[in-house]
Amino acid sequence: MKNTKHFLHRRTFLAGLAAGVALPSVLGISGGKAFAQAATPVAGGTVTTVGWPGPTYLNAAITTAGPESFLSPKFFDGLCGYDFGMIPKPALAVSWETSEDGLKTTFKLRDGVKWHDGQPFTAKDVAFTFMQVIKVHHGRGRSLFADLQTVETPDDLTAVFVFGRPAPAMMKALDGRESPILPAHIYEGTNILENPANTKPIGTGAYKLTSYERGANVVMEKNPEYWDTGKPYLDQLIIQYVQDPATRSAMFESGQCDIVYLNFLPPLDILRLAKEPGFEMDQRGYETSASSQQMDFNLEREHFKDKRVRQAIAHALDLNWINENIWHGFGKPGASPLHHEQKEFYTTEGVPSYPFDFKKAEALLDEAGYPRGANGVRFEMMIDPTPYGDESLTVGEYMREQLRQIGITAKLRSEDYAVFIKRCWTERDFDVCIYTAAMGADPTIGVQRFYWSKNIKKGVAFSNGSTYSNPEVDALLEASQIELDPVKRKEQFVKFQQLVMADLPTLPICETTRATIAHKKVKDYTVDALGGALGNMANCWVEA
Amino acid sequence: MSTLAPVAGVTAQKRGRLTRFVTGPLPRYVLRRLSQAILVMLLVVIGSFILVKSAPGDLVDVIGGNSDMTAETMELLRQQYGLDQPSYIQLFHYMIKLATFDLGYSPLNAAPVLDVILGRLPVTAILVVVSVTISMSIGTVLGVISARNVGKPVDLGLSILMLMFYATPSFVIAIAFILFFSVFWNLLPIAGFATVGTRATGLMYAWDVAKHLVMPVGALCTFYIAIYGRIGRAAMLEVLKLDYVRTARAKGISERRVIYVHALRNAMLPLVTMAGLQVSSLVGGAVLIETIFGLPGMGRTAFDAVSERDANLLLGVLFISSLSVVVVNFIIDMIYMVLDPRVELA
Repeated sequence: MKNTKHFLHRRTFLAGLAAGVALPSVLGISGGKAFAQAATPVAGGTVTTVGWPGPTYLNAAITTAGPESFLSPKFFDGLCGYDFGMIPKPALAVSWETSEDGLKTTFKLRDGVKWHDGQPFTAKDVAFTFMQVIKVHHGRGRSLFADLQTVETPDDLTAVFVFGRPAPAMMKALDGRESPILPAHIYEGTNILENPANTKPIGTGAYKLTSYERGANVVMEKNPEYWDTGKPYLDQLIIQYVQDPATRSAMFESGQCDIVYLNFLPPLDILRLAKEPGFEMDQRGYETSASSQQMDFNLEREHFKDKRVRQAIAHALDLNWINENIWHGFGKPGASPLHHEQKEFYTTEGVPSYPFDFKKAEALLDEAGYPRGANGVRFEMMIDPTPYGDESLTVGEYMREQLRQIGITAKLRSEDYAVFIKRCWTERDFDVCIYTAAMGADPTIGVQRFYWSKNIKKGVAFSNGSTYSNPEVDALLEASQIELDPVKRKEQFVKFQQLVMADLPTLPICETTRATIAHKKVKDYTVDALGGALGNMANCWVEA
Repeated sequence: MSTLAPVAGVTAQKRGRLTRFVTGPLPRYVLRRLSQAILVMLLVVIGSFILVKSAPGDLVDVIGGNSDMTAETMELLRQQYGLDQPSYIQLFHYMIKLATFDLGYSPLNAAPVLDVILGRLPVTAILVVVSVTISMSIGTVLGVISARNVGKPVDLGLSILMLMFYATPSFVIAIAFILFFSVFWNLLPIAGFATVGTRATGLMYAWDVAKHLVMPVGALCTFYIAIYGRIGRAAMLEVLKLDYVRTARAKGISERRVIYVHALRNAMLPLVTMAGLQVSSLVGGAVLIETIFGLPGMGRTAFDAVSERDANLLLGVLFISSLSVVVVNFIIDMIYMVLDPRVELA
């Protein structure tokens, strides 16, 4: 497995190198466009991809679920796109300006943009989307835009966001996946969740819907009126929903599918295929979808009230081993409550770490007052892994064996998804639970929810499930929500990481990374921070 | 055995079987079967409602878990879908709607349940009809060949083949098919019902669908070919010993005619029973094959509905599949009557 890891790193390195050769500065004004110029794109052709599960809706303004996150940016644009490094670039907005106090952001909108039904796009659509849809129905938007008081529309091409308190994280949440702009003329005055347009999208995006077969496939066609003239290059974009990962691999290998995003193939297949000449792997383009595997300790349980017990369990786990053998190198061992893709704020400096060490673990448990009993057992506990994918369960199995060595008898409980959610976040009847969750483009969007004491919410999955409550951490999180100075904001998050890793209410296990695997004939499928999976795929083209 | 219902009397026998379908006891029979069917379906719906409601976690827990929802939004959704009411009231509302053939709304599909099911029924229907037809005809022919050559090498060879078909799980066959026909030889499409985005119509479309169905139907058939083969062989051997077959042979009728007309008709009875069972189990039970070949049929729909706690959708699927089982059983009974005039409506 060591080789695998080296191999992975080399691939990543080579990918970066290739980009470097193609253009002198990847972080130039528009990395995406420059990258596309490496070879001249040809218009036409079809690209097929696979995923699972199928969507409920075909837009992501009313849900943050995975399938919608892939589809929405194809049909809908956001105000901005993001270049590598999360640098905002124009989309429906051509320019923006935030006032000194951070309370007002003015967006100048693109002129001449038309909805798929021919109606003109105006500031009214922007105001409607944020005030009536995102603020009300979007899981993350509801808290992110909680202080958005109104969106003023002085003219058709100007939208002014007025906040009660500054919201610096907002500038990372304006793309077509996180905040897609919906047509007011279709949605206004209707039941938004049951509007038929949710499955017959009318957007401004690069692709229009051709057909949608529920649970089977979505066929998209080029929007010839797209504002980004000449794009998209593809005539047709197809996503097929196939549940069995082995079937997806076979489809990809036999050429019945051209590209697979988001690790939808089994990791070992990705690594095997990446070595073959006709395919290539790219790990870029997942900056906004960074996710980590972590484990909540239930702090209401007697054993886990003592942080030495939590730290002892951390010492008993070899996170490197987990990363290499369970995640097959698609990740980094968990070292912070943040994800390393959140480069602006991520740090391991001065952050307590828990290297693999049985002796230390045993010493901590002795110290905490849990000596080994006559039968060598200190105490018993239950592990609840998410019944979703294999990784949580496998980590649970590994953990059970590791804990046995330090005198903790652990049992593994396997239930279905609904039961698991209910048990951990509503009934709170668990000791530890293992899950993989999105960390968001910004820590305020994705990380805060696990540690903020005001987010201890019964019934809300993936909220503060450990019931961690530390006034100092709360203060830092609340300050960072409204801090406009990037340097100060970074300091707040550094302190936050240090405090949380010392208290360890939640143990970060693996900061996972994603990969795209494609037939080499597919070009420019990842040109910016959103990649093809969460971007619009307008630059993607196929070699004839 | 051969008594007919008294109303029909002797004349009915003269009028023949076909007339019996229209006059005589048939309408009453249909009525009785219909009332039984309604009772069965009612029990299925209520039973599964109780089951799905007694499982911990509801639809909104699943939706919320998938999409970072806030407590307020979840509360809103529970109200909108009526999940905040006690179970018995939910059941009551559901039954009232069902009485008007309204199957309700499936929040996870953002569509009426009927639309979801109608979208998936064709896939299942074609899968069922094609695989029952193919497995039954191949199995029967192999069974007859075995029976005619009983004890000979052909019989032995076929028996071994049947045993292999019987013992190999369908998903193993499915994966082997994919490996050979798609990955190695690249002959057949793997997933879906037809080429996605195809503009083919008419015969070209049929050809496209046929190519997509070769592997799933093949994988669904092998097990049942073995079953039909073994049952067919046993039934045939039994029938071939009967006096009327000896009589037919004594009359000098060709062996082919004796086997396929005289004997097979009687030997078909257990095979038809098996076909009924196969149809019923395939309507909701092809989950594995549907999963492997990316075919969203009724089995998958029911499976997902359970894990996502989408009660409306689950009940809708069960309602429609129990309806189809009832209809199939009725048709099978009719076929018995055609095959064997001694069978009466009871």
